[in-house]
Amino acid sequence: MRRRIVATPGAWLVWGAVGFFFVLLAGVIGSVLVSSFGRRWFDTWLPQSWTTQWYGQAWHEFTLLDVLIVTVEISVLVVAISVLVGVPASYVLARKNFPGRRLLYLLFLLPILMPPITYGIPLATVLYKYGLAGHMAGVVLANLVPSIPFVILTMTPFIEQVDPAIERAARMCGARTGQVFARILAPLLVPGILAASILVLVRTVGMFELTFLTAGPDSQTLVVALYYTMSAAGIRAQQSVDAMAVIYTSMMLVLLVVALRFVNPTQLVARVKEDVE
Amino acid sequence: MTATTRTAPRTALRHRLAERGIDRQLLLLVPALLAVLILFIYPFAYGMGLSFQPAEGGVLGAYRNFFGDAYQRDTIGTTLQLALPAAFLNVAASVPIAYRMRGRFRGKRLLTTLLVVPITLGTVLTAEGLLNFLGPTGWFNRTLLEAGLVDGPLRLTNNYWGVFFSLVITGFPFAFLLILSYLSGIDPTLERAAATLGAGWWPRFHRITLPLLAPGLATTFCLTFVLAFSVFPSAVLVGDPAGTTRVISIAAYHAAYEAYDYSLASAIAVVMGVVELAVVAAVLGVRSLFYTGSTGGKG
Repeated sequence: MRRRIVATPGAWLVWGAVGFFFVLLAGVIGSVLVSSFGRRWFDTWLPQSWTTQWYGQAWHEFTLLDVLIVTVEISVLVVAISVLVGVPASYVLARKNFPGRRLLYLLFLLPILMPPITYGIPLATVLYKYGLAGHMAGVVLANLVPSIPFVILTMTPFIEQVDPAIERAARMCGARTGQVFARILAPLLVPGILAASILVLVRTVGMFELTFLTAGPDSQTLVVALYYTMSAAGIRAQQSVDAMAVIYTSMMLVLLVVALRFVNPTQLVARVKEDVE
Repeated sequence: MTATTRTAPRTALRHRLAERGIDRQLLLLVPALLAVLILFIYPFAYGMGLSFQPAEGGVLGAYRNFFGDAYQRDTIGTTLQLALPAAFLNVAASVPIAYRMRGRFRGKRLLTTLLVVPITLGTVLTAEGLLNFLGPTGWFNRTLLEAGLVDGPLRLTNNYWGVFFSLVITGFPFAFLLILSYLSGIDPTLERAAATLGAGWWPRFHRITLPLLAPGLATTFCLTFVLAFSVFPSAVLVGDPAGTTRVISIAAYHAAYEAYDYSLASAIAVVMGVVELAVVAAVLGVRSLFYTGSTGGKG
């Protein structure tokens, strides 16, 4: 069912709003991109000449390689732990009905509903008390707080749609719980687990507040390093900060393109068939 | 077969528990539960305890400090003035756009992909881009000046509007995608049935779709509001962090990391949580006045 673009006033208004949003977005991304390649850019439409030197400068000046390695290490650890912890829990929540189930679900929902700063500050205080903050361990622990519930919330509906009859059949054929998990459920859940882990990965790479509150000098992720260079701007060329921002965005974009191969963003909440003809 | 037969007397209690859903499988919940308890509930309780033990001023000293000082107290208002309009605009703009875009059309996948981009930009890059784009010599002001619409450059960064725009850029796509998925979860045959019975587009939207969408709207508003409420980097970078956009998270951060007053910081965090939950509760309360029932999708 393809809609013709008919010029009703409502349609114009809607497309106008979308257009305005995209112009704003393109301006925001474009100006950073252009600035990162420009040599001098003050009072003109475009920079006077072009260069790629800012990228080299940003790479060396901010020791970006180290920052990138730390970012990858932290995100992979967070994804692995939250999937290992979250998936079994979401299996139980999806399959079983037991007293206190709703309460437990609410408990898992809370960390997502609270702004990160609210629990981040007490959490950072606790982590500093036990000497965990300021290192990678603290950053990983802090990032687990929203990630585990996030895995649970995305995986529970996914597991609900796997037919329980398959598991019962496996059990009837004599499979134990471990075998049901490894041989039956795991292969069926791979798409869901992939989707959840990529979403957690994107969230962790982009998570600012929690990492900011718990990171030490050797455990900053890219987004936190970017914030520090931006808020301490003035001593550095604006363009090299822009170059760093572009590196960050392209990394996120790669992740995003990978993510969208596995996840349809409109089906995150409700898993429904697209409009049947 | 041997796995399923059990000896009767020893398993009686276990059987009875299993009938109510309690068996060994629940152990799978333990790691996740422990993680949430240790990393979320315990620190929160610890922070709450800390907020009642200020260095001076008795049990409620930290709270008295916060509410007694207009500079601190006003951060609540500042945050709400930013977060509520931003969340409201994001949701209100998403509904007609998503309504028009549900179902299939060419380029839908591209459009949704484009809309996910700002979510991944993060607040920091958005701030940087806004400073460049909306700044006094940025493309936006330049276009307005060239077109003769304004005499001098509009001041859109380092004040309320900079932060507001950044909240719209990061929040709108999020709200849109959620609303779109809620809308596509509503059975389209309901609306077609209404059309067959002669309802125009407004009654169809107003009487059929909107009530079914209400739970989704409430959830989306809450999630968008939470996003906007915890605004921190953009308030510092594109805002005016000492004045008009000194939001509550800045106050909490200052207390913890610049004044090293963990008691006050925890108190602010608690106030922040309470205000946020109050808004969420209010929204869900208003929502429960409307249609509650099956929506076809998971709401």
